[in-house]
Amino acid sequence: MTATHLGLPELGGLAGVPVTDEPQRAKDYKSDQEVRWCPGCGDYIVLNTMQSFLPTLGLKPENIVFVSGIGCSSRFPYYMNTYGMHSIHGRAPAIATGLAVARPDLSVWVVTGDGDALSIGGNHLIHTLRRNVNLKILLFNNRIYGLTKGQYSPTSEAGKVTKSTPMGSLDNPFNPISLALGAEASFVARALDSDKKGLTEVLTAAAEHRGSAFVEIYQNCPIFNDGAFDVLKDRDEAARRIIPLRAGEPLTFGPENEYGVVRTRFGGLEVAKTSEITAEGGELVVHDPTINDPAYAFALSRIGGQELEHTPVGIFRNVARPTYDDLARQQVEHAKASKPADLQALLNGKDTWTV
Amino acid sequence: MEKRGIPTPMATSEPNPLTATRETDIATLDRVVIRFAGDSGDGMQLTGDRFTSAAAAFGNDLATLPNFPAEIRAPQGTIPGVSSFQVHFADYDILTPGDRPDVLVAMNPAALKANIADVPHGGAIIVNTDEFSKRNLTKVGYETNPLEDGSLEPYQVFPVAMSTLTRGALKDTGLSKKDAERAKNMFSLGLLSWMYHRPTEGTERFLAEKFAAKPDIAEANILAFRAGWNYGETTESFAVTYKVAPAKLPTGTYRQITGNTALAYGIVAAGQRSGLPVVLGSYPITPASDILHELSKHKNFGITTLQAEDEIAGIGAALGASYAGSLGVTSTSGPGVALKSETIGLGVMTELPLIVIDVQRGGPSTGLPTKTEQADLLQAMYGRNGECPVPVIAPSTPGDCFEMALEAARIALTYRTPAILLSDGSIANGSEPWLIPDVADLPDLAVNFAAEPNAMDGSEEFWPYVRDTDTLAREWAIPGTPGLQHRIGGLEKADNRGHISYDPDNHDRMVRLRQAKVDGITVPDVTVDDPSRNARVLALGWGSSYGPIGAGCRRVRKSGMDIAQAHLRYLNPLPSNLGEVLERYEVVVLPEMNLGQLAMLLRARYLIDIRSYTKVAGLPFKAAELAEVFTDIINDNEPGDNGDDVHVLTEATE
Ligand code: SF4
Repeated sequence: MTATHLGLPELGGLAGVPVTDEPQRAKDYKSDQEVRWCPGCGDYIVLNTMQSFLPTLGLKPENIVFVSGIGCSSRFPYYMNTYGMHSIHGRAPAIATGLAVARPDLSVWVVTGDGDALSIGGNHLIHTLRRNVNLKILLFNNRIYGLTKGQYSPTSEAGKVTKSTPMGSLDNPFNPISLALGAEASFVARALDSDKKGLTEVLTAAAEHRGSAFVEIYQNCPIFNDGAFDVLKDRDEAARRIIPLRAGEPLTFGPENEYGVVRTRFGGLEVAKTSEITAEGGELVVHDPTINDPAYAFALSRIGGQELEHTPVGIFRNVARPTYDDLARQQVEHAKASKPADLQALLNGKDTWTV
Repeated sequence: MEKRGIPTPMATSEPNPLTATRETDIATLDRVVIRFAGDSGDGMQLTGDRFTSAAAAFGNDLATLPNFPAEIRAPQGTIPGVSSFQVHFADYDILTPGDRPDVLVAMNPAALKANIADVPHGGAIIVNTDEFSKRNLTKVGYETNPLEDGSLEPYQVFPVAMSTLTRGALKDTGLSKKDAERAKNMFSLGLLSWMYHRPTEGTERFLAEKFAAKPDIAEANILAFRAGWNYGETTESFAVTYKVAPAKLPTGTYRQITGNTALAYGIVAAGQRSGLPVVLGSYPITPASDILHELSKHKNFGITTLQAEDEIAGIGAALGASYAGSLGVTSTSGPGVALKSETIGLGVMTELPLIVIDVQRGGPSTGLPTKTEQADLLQAMYGRNGECPVPVIAPSTPGDCFEMALEAARIALTYRTPAILLSDGSIANGSEPWLIPDVADLPDLAVNFAAEPNAMDGSEEFWPYVRDTDTLAREWAIPGTPGLQHRIGGLEKADNRGHISYDPDNHDRMVRLRQAKVDGITVPDVTVDDPSRNARVLALGWGSSYGPIGAGCRRVRKSGMDIAQAHLRYLNPLPSNLGEVLERYEVVVLPEMNLGQLAMLLRARYLIDIRSYTKVAGLPFKAAELAEVFTDIINDNEPGDNGDDVHVLTEATE
């Protein structure tokens, strides 16, 4: 078995996808289907943001495909006037992989939720990320099962009381960002449903990234888990808790920028008071999503816990890595160039005899 | 009983030291069955395969039956570790790998013990005596050495010290004793090649190529092969050699092919003839992995192979590729089909073309991974939630896998549906001569993608569930087609328009439409082989049992009785003339390697009684066994109850 050097991608995430000069507007991306999420559902805001964001890419809408699994968020494709498939529970990344491998001229988006992506579809998620297939995965994390009416999900807090866990859930929740980084995802980001600007920035970067882009979107489910992210939406609380990730800038936050992120002795990251850091001659960490070693982004993802005490928001990691679909196509092209597709010769093989 | 292919010891012990080339009697035979058996590490599959290639190159008709343990390296020298390869070759067209070997090559006591029951009395056994040590005998429970205790008296035993002789032949190569001994399988091949006048150039060329990177190993194998040949030529052990003339097969150019290779080639051909790129999403599973391996070699035909993280991802990627406008294919075995069921259902609902290959093995659960069975029929027909009709077809021989792969593609592409192809372990690994088709004669599978809006109300919209009035297939509008943006998915859709619909009447209509589409698939009529036109019994079969049923029928006819044979390669929908064919016969007997799955379907469908004969032993039916079953039925006996009626010839020409 020999390993081949694969080289790094030089292409952008949308290279090969045809563009158009026709001006586009958000309404061009609205399908004729009535949107049927519950009133106040965070999914509405994400849908609107997506519909206003897509025109900025200037792609031909027929070359955009949304693939979803099962769950509230997975109705998303029906509302987009693009191609779309509402598939089966957990399997959207697998189906989207087939699409992406078959067609370099498509911009492929997967819409999934915490149950869909992290429970039933956990396997496909990590393998898609490890392969770095050129598709964008938007994980709407509402920390609950909505469509099945309120059971705890793999991102629900331990101890959560739901219909299926009247005495409190026993599961330790996944941190989706840590999981994606563990699978060595090349692009990992987090956004809030309510933050249109931040979400748009993340979506833009995800679209431009060649490879799998994993975006966790905190999404409120007013029916079964209302207020799960309220602490990140209250202005004062948010200032104390959200750590904005800005490339090239020191990681500071707080109403007065009084907190910062520093390295621990064991190579991890932690929050400290800025005043104490400078007093001790310490150094604030300057955010760099392009560090190849996923350990840095992983350490960042470990700041804060299930109570959202501290929550980094933005792009954790954005590194260049060869994509599976580009390489798969390269192999086919290489094989075609080196050997003619002579079917008769194939059928004849080496040893024939004539009667 | 006529003796076939059985080496006869020299009548005289007088040596003939003057001639280097010994005069042996040459007997001509019409067919021979040889079984090579040894430890899994002894290279018996390779040995059998090479013997088969030589027989093929010589122009014999042939059929093979590899049989190996599921463990990669079961404990050495034990019964579970025995691996064997049976080859049946003849000067006429044969149908099966043969019931019982005329010649057993046993490389160790375990191989002898595991296979002796299959050798008919009078048959020949060639043993590697070097392995018959006290220790090895004890390991398999022989209290005394069968080579010495007289227990093999009913057979003709040829003791050959193969390990010693191989080591001797390789003593100047500088190889260690252990490495030299590993070539003993080629010694056995050389000996058998001499005995049956097989051509040797092909094998020598093969060995040189196979071990091109290790010239010393290549040389050792070739030397061992020649040593085996020379051993036959120069020793006095074997008095007679045998010739089996080339078979008189239909004219044309032939090659030897296994079912899995033929299936893979069929998929390559389907891609070429449809003009579509092929995307195979697959997860390794015995006995289907060779299809993944083979297709991975042929990327120059525009084939992408994706080894997925699991069975579900394999079919998911294939379906995604189909949605994108490729020919999506997934290959697996029964346990994999269980995992893929939900995605097959999505394929039925979204009405996209998809080929699902199930190389059946013994079940349930993990079952018998390396053995054969036909017990996935009901899974293929019904193993999904809801009313979920899927066309099902089954090749009948290794070579037929090629044509049926093209048929699976025709059905999937024409009717926009998943199509299940049921192969099984015996034809997947078994091989036969294959009349190579002319590419120009292969069917044209060209497809048309939707390019225009098709709304029935005249608007400029695309309605994904508008159907072709003839085939009931919906249009295939692939992403990238301007103006045809639409959404599909697993939720029930409104007829024509394709929006999500929970309307009760619409659901009822859509369920019936999907069923009608599959029911309306065009499949060829079933043909009946009834040479005397007098038969009152019809032997019906499906899939890989074609060979044994045909051979059983031949035996019955040889003994002067009448029997008709019909074989089903299309299980869903069934050929439209089947009901009429079944009614023509007083008795229909249906052998299956399951507990009567097709029999049950036919009884329900045609309201006629079917005599079901079933066996699930992990091995194909034997011709003799079926001949007896058929004879009993013709004689109006219960199978197995031997009255005083005419008896079938057990050793008749198949
Ligand atoms: S149940 Fe929750 S997540 Fe689902 S649509 Fe309603 S509000 Fe949104």
